[in-house]
Amino acid sequence: MVPDKTELLELQLLLEAIFRRYHYDFRGYSLASLQRRLTLAKDRFDCRTFSQLQDRVLHDPSVLPILLSYLTVQVSDLFRDPSYFRAIREEVVPHLRTYPSLKVWVAGCSDGEEIYSLAILFREEGLESRTLFYGTDINPDALRRAETGRYAMDRIAQFTKNHQLSGGKSSLSDYYSAAYGAAVFDRSLRRRIVFSDHSLVSDSVFAEVQLISCRNVLIYFNKDLQDRAIGLFRDSLSRQGFLGLGSKENLRFSQHADSFKEFVPGERIYQLRGEL
Amino acid sequence: MSEPLDQPARVIAIGASAGAVDALAAILPALPAQFPYPILVVVHIREDRDSMLVELFRRQCALDIREAEDKLPLEDGVVYFAPPDYHLLVEADGWLALSVDEPVNFSRPSIDVLFESAAQAFGDRLVGVVLTGANQDGAHGLRSIIDAGGRAIVQDPSSAYAATMPQAAIAACPEAQPMSLEQIATYLRDLGSSK
Repeated sequence: MVPDKTELLELQLLLEAIFRRYHYDFRGYSLASLQRRLTLAKDRFDCRTFSQLQDRVLHDPSVLPILLSYLTVQVSDLFRDPSYFRAIREEVVPHLRTYPSLKVWVAGCSDGEEIYSLAILFREEGLESRTLFYGTDINPDALRRAETGRYAMDRIAQFTKNHQLSGGKSSLSDYYSAAYGAAVFDRSLRRRIVFSDHSLVSDSVFAEVQLISCRNVLIYFNKDLQDRAIGLFRDSLSRQGFLGLGSKENLRFSQHADSFKEFVPGERIYQLRGEL
Repeated sequence: MSEPLDQPARVIAIGASAGAVDALAAILPALPAQFPYPILVVVHIREDRDSMLVELFRRQCALDIREAEDKLPLEDGVVYFAPPDYHLLVEADGWLALSVDEPVNFSRPSIDVLFESAAQAFGDRLVGVVLTGANQDGAHGLRSIIDAGGRAIVQDPSSAYAATMPQAAIAACPEAQPMSLEQIATYLRDLGSSK
């Protein structure tokens, strides 16, 4: 018996419909994860099939933002994988200090956990005032949430623990105030952050940056899309700029592998080769 | 889907939770190095710890033991462990994929996530095995495996270190075969030698 591929076909047609109608392109995403997420969405909208869901989203634009939240939301923590941030602090920051001005790009910033982590780390290291941070995502709701810098209070204990393990030189509580069950991160952290809509699937280079952090985003892409994104990172980085990936992501099988060298191998931090 | 690939003739998917190490130690070392199918394993592990399982079973097994990597094809005779804090899935073309989607059944990796995606990819070529555990992860996934034409094996709850997970699997899948760990090892070995 061959597995029934009808649902897979419907899934691909749904993605095609979302692209042609709304120009959000998920066609190059890893389908196994999308299928899980869209099955949850299908149940929420009481649709029996992806075809029914396609009908809903084509004819009712208010369905799209909800679908996007199923398709894109990544839950992260501040200073998730503390050893990664420790490596940024101890290995990458000394190089960054030699630049008079810096640009940092968090690609796929979701609700902003990663970019606030880096902003805090750069403040602790005295680099914040010369740095501009770009946080990009395709989901406008996520960008809005990221801009508020507001996280549920029950997540703060984990954030605090992570921050300490990352080699934090201050107390995380210096950076937020508690209000109505939420922790709101200090507005001053956002002075140097620009949140913006940008797609790794369809958009191009927008700035020359010295550090890109893009963790656990590429695993959601198929190989072609991974290569596109990594090519975009290569073209966006200044010479000897740094690229940080998720702990289970690597450049080994990328067509751009030769453009980078491993800088902190255990933490998946790469450096763009300096030669022209 | 990209290029057509040689798909494995069969795939074994195993899920285990509380008591997993001892249970797997009764199965994986009993299989020969030339076992002709890939084996996917999800074990619930504390998320803030690197997986020791790969190292542990490498020392005990003739099989090639690896941590699963994103976007790689399956190879026969290789055991792939889901990395801690990532879901392990199978794409329709049979390649592995990882995700950091929210925990399912409070678990990441989740057995259901692996089983459901593998059932889609492999249909009747899949054998799903639910071992000891103190939660209900794997029951839905095993149902999907049977519905897609695959085979379902559950560790006999009376012989399990923690009976909840095998019991939940049997409740969801009355047609699943309950077996002791020794029987599961023999079953898989025979499956491999009958190829």
